[in-house]
Amino acid sequence: MSDTLLIAHDLRREYHMGEELVRAVRGVSLHVERGDYLAIVGPSGCGKSTLLNLIGGIDQPTAGTVTIDGARIDQMSDTEVTRFRLGHVGFVFQRFYLMPALTAIENVELPMAEAKTPRVERMRRARELLAYVGLAERSDHRPAQLSGGEQQRVAIARALANKPQFLVADEPTGELDAKTGAEMIALIAQVNRDGTTIVVVTHDEGLARAARRVVHMRDGVIVDDRRQDAR
Amino acid sequence: MLGVAVSAAMLLDMVMLSTGMRVSLRNLLLSRGFQLRLAPKGTLPFDTDATIPDASNVIRVLHTIPDITAISPVLGGQLHISIGSRTITATALGVDPAVQGDYEITEGHTPTAPNELVASDDFLRASGAKIGDTLSAASGYDPQLRSFTGRRTLILVGRAHFLYMASEQRAVAVPIATLQQMRGNAARDRASLFMIRARDGADVDAALKHIQAALPTVTAVSTETAMRQVDERLSYFRQLAFILGAVSLGVGFLLVTTLVTVSVNERLGEIVVMRAIGVARSRVVLQIVIEGVVIMFVGTIAGLGLGLATARYLNSILAAFPGLPAAIDFFLFEPRDAWGALGLLTVAGILAGIYPSWRGASLPIAITLREEAVG
Repeated sequence: MSDTLLIAHDLRREYHMGEELVRAVRGVSLHVERGDYLAIVGPSGCGKSTLLNLIGGIDQPTAGTVTIDGARIDQMSDTEVTRFRLGHVGFVFQRFYLMPALTAIENVELPMAEAKTPRVERMRRARELLAYVGLAERSDHRPAQLSGGEQQRVAIARALANKPQFLVADEPTGELDAKTGAEMIALIAQVNRDGTTIVVVTHDEGLARAARRVVHMRDGVIVDDRRQDAR
Repeated sequence: MLGVAVSAAMLLDMVMLSTGMRVSLRNLLLSRGFQLRLAPKGTLPFDTDATIPDASNVIRVLHTIPDITAISPVLGGQLHISIGSRTITATALGVDPAVQGDYEITEGHTPTAPNELVASDDFLRASGAKIGDTLSAASGYDPQLRSFTGRRTLILVGRAHFLYMASEQRAVAVPIATLQQMRGNAARDRASLFMIRARDGADVDAALKHIQAALPTVTAVSTETAMRQVDERLSYFRQLAFILGAVSLGVGFLLVTTLVTVSVNERLGEIVVMRAIGVARSRVVLQIVIEGVVIMFVGTIAGLGLGLATARYLNSILAAFPGLPAAIDFFLFEPRDAWGALGLLTVAGILAGIYPSWRGASLPIAITLREEAVG
C-alpha cells in the first residue's frame, strides 16, 4: 500500500456568481500522506474551503484530478462518489449539523445505518465512539440538549463511524469558545494519533499549530507548504 | 395541519355526497325485497295524486307473469282523525297487510281486520293516542258543508316505522279496501302504486318487459330503472361533489407541498450534510416524501373525524327537506369511501413530497453549505 493517501493534481474550480466568474481554486496540486495531519490556512475567500470540498468529494473540480487511495473521485458519478464518501471520508463542519430529531447515539449510527452495518454492531460502535469523544453519558440526549462543544464531539464521532481513512474538517472550532476549542483541538489531535489522516481548514492558530503540516493559500493557490513539529 | 384536515374532511364529505343519496335510496327501494314498481302512466311512484284504475284486474294480470311472487298494492291519501276536540291530519296508506312493504311494526300488530290501523311515532306523539284506542277517521273534508266525508271508526292496533315517510311526517296505514271504501267512488278499485317482488335469481328485466307488454296503460319501473332516473336527476349533485372534491384534493396537495417545501428550506444544511456524509439521494428523497405522507396522513385522520361530524350535521339539516324519506342520507359513510379518500390523499401526499424532496436532495452540497454559512 502506498504511503500517499490523497493526490490532488492541478485542481481548478470556477463558478459564476451573478455575472462574475469566480476562480476559487487556480491550479492546486497536493499530496497527503497516510496518517498526516494537515491544516489549510489563509485569508477568507482564498479558496481553502473550496479546496477542502474538492478533496472531500462534495464538489466537482472544473479541471484537475483528485485521487484518494487510488480511486479517481473526480471521475465518479454522483452515486459512486456518495458511496465513496460514506466509506472513506469523514466530515466535520463548523455548524455541527446534527439531525435535531435524533439522539446523539442515533446521529452517530446514521452513517453506519446507511452503510447497512448490522444494528447490534452499529450500536456497539456508536457507544464506543461516544465514549471515545467523552460523551458516554450523553448518548440519549438530543442536539438541543447538548452544548456546542458536545455537539461538535458528536459530529466527530459521527465522522468516524464508518472508520474512514481520512477526516476533513472545515473550521471545526469556528463556533466554539476558546476553552471548548482547545478541547476540540486536543480531540482532533488524538484522532490523528490513533491513525486517521486529517485535513482541516481553519482560521484558528491553535488548531493550525497542532497540525504536522500547514498549507497557506492565497487567491486560490498554495503559497506556502511546510511541516512543523506537532504540539 | 388544520388546513390539511379541513381539505381531507371536505374530500370525504364530497365522496360521501357523491354516492350517499344514490346508495341510501337504492337500499331503501330494496329494503323489503320489491324489485319492480307500477305507477300511473307517465309518473314515478307517488310523484302525483294520479291512481291506477281496475286494480284487481292489474293484480290478476300480474299473477300470470312468470317469476312474480308477491304483489303489494298501495293507495295513498289522507285521513283526518279526531282525538277529543282536535283533528290530526295524517298521510294514509291503504295496503295489503299480508305483503305490504311500506312499514315495519315496532309495537302491536299489523291491521288485519277492515277497521284496524297502525300509526307512526309522530302521529302517536301528536295525537296522544294509544294502542287499543278507538279513533274516528275521515278521508276527506267538504268545505261547503263544513263536514268530514268518508267517516269510519278505526281501532289503533300498532305502532309502525314507515320506510318512505319524511322525518316528523304523521302517517297511518289501513287495509287498502278500507281506504278505498272511505274515499268513495274516486278510489274504488284503484291503487296509487303496485310494488312487485320477483323470485330470487329471476331476470327482473325480463319480468319488467312482460309487465310492460301486458299492462301498457301503466308505467313499470325496476329498481335499476328507477336508479338510472335518479342518477339523471342527481347528476348535478355528483358533478358538484366531484368538483368540490377535486378542489379539496388540490388544496390538500398544495398545502402539503408548501409545508414540505418550507420544511426542506428550513433544513437545507441538514439535508446537504446527510448527502455529504454519504446518505444516498434516494434515501433523502424517501425520508422527505415520508414526511409529506405523514403530514397528509395525520391531517387525514383528523379530517375523517371532522368530515364525519360535518356530514352528520349537514345530513340532519338536509333530512328535514319536506317530502324526502327520512331513510335517505345525503352523506352516507361507507368504509370503502373512507379508504378511497385516504388512498387519494396518501397519493397526493406522496406526489406533494416528490418535488421538494427531489429539489432538496439534488442541491449542490458545497454551494449550499457555503450559502448556509454566509446566511
